[in-house]
Amino acid sequence: MGIIKARKLKYDYIKYDENGQQQDCYTAVDQVDLDVSQGQFIAILGHNGSGKSTLAKHMNALLIPTEGSIWVDGRDTAAEPELWKIRQKAGMVFQNPDNQIIGTVVEEDVGFGPENMGVPTDAIWERVNKSLEAVGMTAYRHRSPNKLSGGQKQRVAIAGVMAMQPKCIILDEPTAMLDPNGRKEVLKAVHELNEKEGITVILITHYMEEVIDADRVFVMDQGHVVMQGTPREIFSKVEELKSYRLDVPQVTLLAWELKQAGVDLPDGILTTKELVNALCH
Amino acid sequence: MSLRLEHVTYTYNPGTVYEMHALKDVSLDIPDGQFAGIIGHTGSGKSTLIQHFNGLMKPTAGTVYFQDEDIWQEGYSLKRLRSQVGLVFQYPEHQLFEADVLSDVCFGPKNQGLSKEEAELRAVQALRQAGLKEKYYRSSPFELSGGQKRRVAIAGVLAMEPKVLILDEPTAGLDPKGRDEILDQIAFLHEERKITVILVSHSMEDIARYVERILVMNKGEKAFDGVPREVFSHYKELERMGLAAPQITYIMHELKAKGLLADTSAITVDEAKKSILEALEKRKV
Amino acid sequence: MIRDITIGQYYPADSILHRLDPRVKFIGTFLFLVSLFVADSFWGYLLATCFLAGIIALSKVPVKFMLKGLKPLFILLLITVIFNLFLIPGTVVWELGFLKITQEGITQAVKIGIRLVYLVIGSSVMTLTTTPNQLTDGLERIMKPLNKIKVPVHEISMMMSIALRFIPILMEETDKIMKAQMARGADFESGNLIQKAKSLIPLLVPLFISAFRRADDLAMAMEARCYHGGENRTQMKPLVYQGHDYGAYGVTLVYLAAEIVIRTVM
Repeated sequence: MGIIKARKLKYDYIKYDENGQQQDCYTAVDQVDLDVSQGQFIAILGHNGSGKSTLAKHMNALLIPTEGSIWVDGRDTAAEPELWKIRQKAGMVFQNPDNQIIGTVVEEDVGFGPENMGVPTDAIWERVNKSLEAVGMTAYRHRSPNKLSGGQKQRVAIAGVMAMQPKCIILDEPTAMLDPNGRKEVLKAVHELNEKEGITVILITHYMEEVIDADRVFVMDQGHVVMQGTPREIFSKVEELKSYRLDVPQVTLLAWELKQAGVDLPDGILTTKELVNALCH
Repeated sequence: MSLRLEHVTYTYNPGTVYEMHALKDVSLDIPDGQFAGIIGHTGSGKSTLIQHFNGLMKPTAGTVYFQDEDIWQEGYSLKRLRSQVGLVFQYPEHQLFEADVLSDVCFGPKNQGLSKEEAELRAVQALRQAGLKEKYYRSSPFELSGGQKRRVAIAGVLAMEPKVLILDEPTAGLDPKGRDEILDQIAFLHEERKITVILVSHSMEDIARYVERILVMNKGEKAFDGVPREVFSHYKELERMGLAAPQITYIMHELKAKGLLADTSAITVDEAKKSILEALEKRKV
Repeated sequence: MIRDITIGQYYPADSILHRLDPRVKFIGTFLFLVSLFVADSFWGYLLATCFLAGIIALSKVPVKFMLKGLKPLFILLLITVIFNLFLIPGTVVWELGFLKITQEGITQAVKIGIRLVYLVIGSSVMTLTTTPNQLTDGLERIMKPLNKIKVPVHEISMMMSIALRFIPILMEETDKIMKAQMARGADFESGNLIQKAKSLIPLLVPLFISAFRRADDLAMAMEARCYHGGENRTQMKPLVYQGHDYGAYGVTLVYLAAEIVIRTVM
């Protein structure tokens, strides 16, 4: 069994009025099946409100399905009495870098997870050192998080999750509030974790350039998984993506437009190099 | 000559160990009706710069003119200036505070001294311009989606009927469709109402698509100032400043290196498509 | 910029005082305060002065930083001293109309003045040499026995450290919202008190909303990182007394004993 498996997952947000009566019900995730195996780099795409964040929160038991089930590392989140045991297997990084750093000093923040898990002091230091090293933030360990750039803060947040030694890390739009350089920094750190440490990565985003190197891409719309496949397969369907309020990287769009105009090009071109080579032959 | 800066310098904590020059001798002018873009990486001074345009920050040295009047001269009304030079901050939805959308948008016009009726008239018009559906006018701004909130906040500035509209990263955090919708709306306003628009963005693709002039800020100084294709031709220097050119620029330069193209000036997908098709046509012949 | 304001007034330096366990500094400061009320004679105050001077020298913090702490209290100090000076009955040494200065009044005013100044400087030494974080840690450990009477000690200290982290963020946010509203023509300066209070609504509402949103996000982030209260929690930087901590306790106790001896003998 893979690290994350979902079957017919459904989640309703229910709004209550003043008397506690159900007033409104909104289905954010509907009938989602998902299989992720250990070590994969998965990307989940979708416009704002497509249900991708709701789905992400299920992977770390922050939300429990209304219907259907999700298993994280073999544990059914609805049947687990101690949810934090699931959370240490599947760590989560959120969008706003300011709202997820708890410590007033970088290294203390990274140690927060292991402290909660009851890891002995010596082992905490070992984990903190290793995690800071892995995201390249060792030089900043004694700094106040308030004085870091957005990209650096997100790297600290990633280190904080790493220190819990999870099997899987879920990143919920980690780059949405960053500038282009910050985005590059964070993506580089995430790819390194996946390649060097073999950690499963689930990256939720609406920046198309960020999913090009993923092993598999899921596209969500109105709570459903509407497309899935390799980045190349997904990006060859430009028109379908547009119908889900998404777009494709400029190079892919250019290649697609040229193809429409009759130029002989392969489907789903992802990089500048591919396009240049295809055009110059 | 609508907005003009002459030798503007801004220094944080002058005379202390924390002294930092956010702007160094910046001179520029933005004529009426221009659609200008400002780029620069975080900390390059672009936020400080735009706050000088509407008098939220006072230059340490130098002069700021709006319609040929020094905005820091004795007796100049900054309040009036701010209603003519509208500034939409990053994540503007964080400043919403009223119980319903319409009242929130009325805040600006009311501060201008308009009556309730006039203010509401302005608000309705501004909300329409910002592209918010009428059914939301009476709902709480906090119940709207992120994109809708953003429109309400932009309408809050539009309702003051500014002659100049400055937007700091108006599309941050929006999805691709939401981003295009907002930018198209702004471009439409620029066309329709002939207002000056100054767009600050990290997205070179957006800048390339909409603006007619780019100002590049680097370490508090104006590094480049020109039409987009000219500025992006310096893509190597831009990279050294922690910036980049649109992806298209890179494609065009690589194609030139391979001998397919001669002209690398295209910066949008449409332009690139046109010049590649032409080049392929020539190659056939 | 607003971000550079340090909360508390920690002065980074590498001194024996900086390295002391925060609990020692807390209890030591408390004992010093007690000693100020024990001291009642010239010799008692002399000893206290020497002790304080010694501590300041050890702390490697410039004296002007210590004196800075007195500035905001200057008025309070002045009032206390003047009250004592004029209102204590006894042998009159100077008189003008209904104002009388007595022998006893002078003595009392000097004593109170010295006590207050030393009290402020003594506590400044603690805050200047201890990071806010160490302070909360120390406080948590000292208050731990209160857990038995159901005081949520861990939660209180967690709240304090989160507050320390978010105060600068919220200050910056205040600045941002204020500017955004000013760009929409808001005026925070002119008008009478009621108008001024009213003009704060466009600032306070967004600020509260933002604080709640942040709190919500933070709670989720903490849960995601396995936070489940103080139970079974280990510490990355547990407080363990070292040799110099016991030494510091010893020195402080000897000093307090000396003050008591001086008081009983004199």
